[in-house]
Amino acid sequence: MGTSVQSHFVSQLKRYYAIYTGGVIGFIVLLSILEQMGVPNKVLGYIFLGVTVSMYAGIGILSRTSDVSEYYVAGRRVPAVFNGMATAADWMSAASFIGLAGTLYLSGYDGLAFVLGWTGGYCLVALLLAPYLRKFGHYTIPDFLGARYGGSLPRSIGVFAAILCSFTYVIAQIYGVGLIVSRFTGLDFGIGVFVGLGSILVCSFLGGMRAVTWTQVAQYVILLVAYLIPVIWLSVKHTGNPVPQVAYGYVLQQVTARENVLNDAATPEGAREAEVRAIFKQQRIADEDKLKALEEGGVIYLDAERAKRLQALETLRGKHNADPKDIAVAENELAAFPQDVVAARNTWRAAVETDKAKSSAVIAHAEPFAGADEETRDNKRKNFLALVLCLMVGTAALPHILMRFYTTPSVKEARLSVFWSLLFICLIYITAPALAVLAKYDVYTLLVGSSFSELPSWVSAWAAVDKTLMSVTDINKDGIVQLAEITIGGDLIMLATPEIAGMPYVITALVAAGGLAAALSTADGLMLTIANTLSHDVYYKMIDPHAPTKRRLIISKSLLLVVAVLAVYITSFKPGDILFLVGAAFSLAASAFFPALALGIFWKRANKTGAVIGMVSGLGTCMTYMFITYPFFGVNAPLWWDINPISAGIFGMPVGFLGVIIGSLLTHAPSKEIHAMVDHVRYPNMRLDSFLESADYK
Amino acid sequence: MDKYQRYWKRNLRLTGSLLAVWFLVTFGVGWFARELQSFTVLGFPFSFFMAAQGALLIYVVLVGYYAYRMDKLDQECGMQETDH
Repeated sequence: MGTSVQSHFVSQLKRYYAIYTGGVIGFIVLLSILEQMGVPNKVLGYIFLGVTVSMYAGIGILSRTSDVSEYYVAGRRVPAVFNGMATAADWMSAASFIGLAGTLYLSGYDGLAFVLGWTGGYCLVALLLAPYLRKFGHYTIPDFLGARYGGSLPRSIGVFAAILCSFTYVIAQIYGVGLIVSRFTGLDFGIGVFVGLGSILVCSFLGGMRAVTWTQVAQYVILLVAYLIPVIWLSVKHTGNPVPQVAYGYVLQQVTARENVLNDAATPEGAREAEVRAIFKQQRIADEDKLKALEEGGVIYLDAERAKRLQALETLRGKHNADPKDIAVAENELAAFPQDVVAARNTWRAAVETDKAKSSAVIAHAEPFAGADEETRDNKRKNFLALVLCLMVGTAALPHILMRFYTTPSVKEARLSVFWSLLFICLIYITAPALAVLAKYDVYTLLVGSSFSELPSWVSAWAAVDKTLMSVTDINKDGIVQLAEITIGGDLIMLATPEIAGMPYVITALVAAGGLAAALSTADGLMLTIANTLSHDVYYKMIDPHAPTKRRLIISKSLLLVVAVLAVYITSFKPGDILFLVGAAFSLAASAFFPALALGIFWKRANKTGAVIGMVSGLGTCMTYMFITYPFFGVNAPLWWDINPISAGIFGMPVGFLGVIIGSLLTHAPSKEIHAMVDHVRYPNMRLDSFLESADYK
Repeated sequence: MDKYQRYWKRNLRLTGSLLAVWFLVTFGVGWFARELQSFTVLGFPFSFFMAAQGALLIYVVLVGYYAYRMDKLDQECGMQETDH
């Protein structure tokens, strides 16, 4: 491709996206004018989501293609900056966009493991993988494994692992799409999923990687604007400084000062907190007793308790002067009473955990690994560092991210494009901790100590939407809000920021559109990865190597439909713990891919046997540990060195590395052709010719 | 030593030293986070600042520097990609 053609292409792209960004801002301004004119919020929400989603679909239609290279790798002419934006959008999932600030709000310093892990991983991508994969220059990650180690076994294991982690991840995204659409438009969760899915499909179905890339760039713009505007507004409100990342250091000091006051029973506010905590302590004892009685009495105890409540309700109803409020309370209590022993055990265990948290002192936001004794603190530190490592190495092994670096025009651009990706990702990840602290400041100073009769309007609004997101109850009946009386769900922080900051509804709609963009862009990338892996690696490389291009694309597109329907079907069961699913995808990818990929480039002696043993044993160790320790599977084996199941990769990775090394050393060194292939990957100017002739690769 | 070996050796040295910085900033600071929180930077306790901002900025610089240095190295060793 000529340089002048490419530079013309780049300048055209810049112009298009500049116009587009202007259009987005104009659109926001237009909608705020409509809001001033009295257009109802619901209509604004519909317009916002409708226009953005059909715009993504429009870009998808404009970029439709039936060329193999365009479909799989966007013609390999995506300039570094734009690939950076696309990667950032691919990267920012619904969990990052909506959940990250909330996680940081709830866990303070310890939550920064996600911030570190999801950015630092790009150092590994840049230094160890991206330039070499670009030089290799094929279509998928199993492609590399297949070519480097030879034979279809390494490729098949790669296919299995790629589908396993991408599919785990895509379910979390579709779930996010359904949640956002249903919450902001009032549509049913299932319909929300299908609306979102439709736009994902239009995009990747028609244009593959090419359409996905250009849509993701557009989605990144929305995502960034939606994340920054509310936080900047909040920062100006609290500090007068429009750069929240700088300003929040001093807000953090004030939060710390507030934490000290609230934890000090000698101050009036601290005394009131202590009062509430004492009530929770009693409740904890009562709940623990209930749990003990349940373990001893089983169903008989449960039925007796239910009968007691029923009788109390009947007595109340029988009284002619009973307060209708009391009757309603008793009715609710009976309705919420657990149906069977398992449900009772889960509900009451959760209650004990809540009591425990509520009855202890406020944990300092800025303190690393806070804990009562040295053992707890060491434990937290160990798990923090293990999680950071798993997330980092997982980042450098997730196929949908690595695949993006096949799309740049050259090795040089691939290196640059990791830089741009990381920069664009950091813009958001540096802002998230600021948002958490600013929101905490708001809650600690404005909400705590306010009177129950005049709660801020966002509190009652969100409490009406979902009790798990926001609820305040006057536990000690003093009419004043104490911190221990507030329950906040993590997702609330990002969703409610526009209202906390007192911004117009348009910004709330913008945040919803941003969350949707984050979920859709990641789902796009993941589904394409799965479909391409199946059609390219399984069908073309293993089943029918002589398939004409047309048929390959048809197969790929039909597989995309199958994958999408399957993913939606599984999502409709609303599988439980989304954050665990996401974390699991990283640990799985880190254990399965990273050792074989990195050693494949940096150690010529690595061979097929080693790669097979390494991938299988790494993935196997990781899956086994998750299976035996994660409560969902019900085995509940003791933890190894107290490492949480989400960081299972910490065991899978070393086993994977050892597997590759030992397996390789015990068998023959790889052939001359493989050596030539590794050289080709290592040296940017080396041509493929000799390798081409020997390995019938094209 | 031919130019390919020289190129690869210099690449490995660069990669190794940048990885060492990466490791130190992440796991070195992380391990001693409790000890390092006593002094402040821009109003933040140092370990909080590093995990929330400092390390991220260093990562960006690391990756940018690598791209810049490798480009120079490609030119010095005559390894630039040729147009296909």
